[in-house]
Amino acid sequence: MPSTIVVSDLHRSYGDIHAVDGVSFEVDQGEFLGILGPNGAGKTTTLEIIEGLRRADSGDVRVLGQSPWPRNTALLPRIGVQLQASSFFERLTAREQINTFASLYGVPAKRADAMLETVGLVEKANTRTESLSGGQAQRLSIACALVHDPEVVFLDEPTSGLDPQGRRNLWDLLRDINHQGRTVVLTTHYMDEAEALCDRVAIMDSGRILEIGPPAALVRGLDAATRISVETGAIGVDEARTLFPDADVADDGVSLTVATRAPAAVLSALANRNALRGLSVKGATLEDVFLNLTGREYRA
Amino acid sequence: MSRGLTSLSRAMALGFFRDRTALFFTILFPLMFLLLFGGIFKDQTAPKSDVIEIGDVALLDQMPAEVKGQLDQVLKVERTTDRVAALDRVRKGEVDAAVEQVGSRIVLHYSAADQVKSATVQGLFNSLVQTGNLQRAGVTPAFELEAAQVEDESLKTIQYITPGLLGWAIATGAMFAAALTLVTWRQKKLLRRLRLSPVGVWTIAGARVIVSIVIALVQTAIFIGVASIPYFGLRLSAYWWMAIPLIIVGTLAFLSLGLLAGSFSKTPEAATAIANLIVLPMAFLSGAFFPLEGAPAWLQTISKFLPLRHLVDGMQAVMVRGQGPADVLPQLGILLAFAGVVSAIAVALFRWEDA
Repeated sequence: MPSTIVVSDLHRSYGDIHAVDGVSFEVDQGEFLGILGPNGAGKTTTLEIIEGLRRADSGDVRVLGQSPWPRNTALLPRIGVQLQASSFFERLTAREQINTFASLYGVPAKRADAMLETVGLVEKANTRTESLSGGQAQRLSIACALVHDPEVVFLDEPTSGLDPQGRRNLWDLLRDINHQGRTVVLTTHYMDEAEALCDRVAIMDSGRILEIGPPAALVRGLDAATRISVETGAIGVDEARTLFPDADVADDGVSLTVATRAPAAVLSALANRNALRGLSVKGATLEDVFLNLTGREYRA
Repeated sequence: MSRGLTSLSRAMALGFFRDRTALFFTILFPLMFLLLFGGIFKDQTAPKSDVIEIGDVALLDQMPAEVKGQLDQVLKVERTTDRVAALDRVRKGEVDAAVEQVGSRIVLHYSAADQVKSATVQGLFNSLVQTGNLQRAGVTPAFELEAAQVEDESLKTIQYITPGLLGWAIATGAMFAAALTLVTWRQKKLLRRLRLSPVGVWTIAGARVIVSIVIALVQTAIFIGVASIPYFGLRLSAYWWMAIPLIIVGTLAFLSLGLLAGSFSKTPEAATAIANLIVLPMAFLSGAFFPLEGAPAWLQTISKFLPLRHLVDGMQAVMVRGQGPADVLPQLGILLAFAGVVSAIAVALFRWEDA
């Protein structure tokens, strides 16, 4: 069975800028793919080409075996695209809003009401969208994107502008959507979001995909040092340096940090000396992967 | 897809009828003009001429009572003996003329500053002198003039301003609706959302047309309803219902113009400004606010190219002038052709999103 989404050698330029510069990847049925990168990396343009909103200069896109460009009304009912939270009809209530979108696809109002329940907006059904909070509006816009039960769902930075509580709620919702068997493609500039949700992550910068794979594999592939910290004074700096000659040891007056590629040995040595006060262990993150790939700090 | 058409129309209509600002500017604001103009000019009669009689003027003083009664409707006479002061007031334009008798001559002093008023007062006195001479000579007049209005004798100002202001209201409503829907929906990316759904462009446009026609007919019903109350006294002529097809094609014409204005604008503010820039001067040049009969020929020529002129002309013809359905076929044709050409341009310029 061919992949749900197949993108091969996509190019798109605006004047001298190569917004998308040779992007290729595939997404399997039921997979959750994250496209990660800073603003201007080309992730939104890539997504818009796949959705059929933009034409590629060259390259090929297949979604569910069909070409999204030019506007393909046979394909459109099978995909769902969540846009910014403001893409609503003026002065309609949440229920009127989702019912209107439902009817565009010939979906009965009952299903629309059920969708409202799924995203937890039943008590806001009669509230006008202008009066919803950021998180509620975001959830409604996702509900509107899912009302016709699409096989493939595209989400463009769905949690930007939400508070931590709102983000967690939305993450749960997105996981559910994926567990129901839908293929989900999401762009984000939050590293933690990609790590928490995605089966695979594509890291983009300057119009190219630098690396693609499961988040854990990307981090492991980095072979980065694990950073073990204890309270300053739990063990002396010189003692630590003698004990762990292969590691980097630093003390900033609050914590003593040992950066090592053999964390097990370090931890047991510290435990033997009863020097685990204030212990914290940090592995590498996607942020380190990004830093390693681009040679610069991640700018969200 | 008729289902999409119904639900989009419903969404648009709800959005409009819940928008107090839009309701005010499309329905209440034009209605205020109707009340204002209808009230001010309700009992309009020819303005009286003010004349000062210096000393005694036999022509005025020895007039039979019935003639004097008629004359009082058009002439207001005050008496003075101060000749210098009287002439000074004529010069300042406070009165229209001063009259004195010098022997058998009646001397009428007027100012050339207001030509209409001085001509009126001259004509009036000329006729008074003629009548006086005939009476003195004991001659029975061979001819008598009786002026009769061609329209229904009840014709009042309200008859003229109702179709004109209604035309302006419909033009404004349709134009702003099309321009603002296009620009706001594009800006909010609602057009993008619709582009990602299986509805066609023509379904979206069709919904806009349906809702705008409904709004135009609501405007019409309210306008005719208010103008018909006895205080204003609008009387519709037999084929007034021919205004409905005129209003429908007029709505199409102004929707297309609004679509064009929306194609050139990125923000609702710009769209509003462009739409105002088009519709307000057009209302003045099309005779929507006052008749164009007295306007210079070049202005009349310009107005022939404006869709509002044809909408107002057509509505006046069938609503108050008593003309028949066939008389407004040219207006219907012109408006339809205008809508067709401008829509074609707007469709060619159409963009789903800002570049």
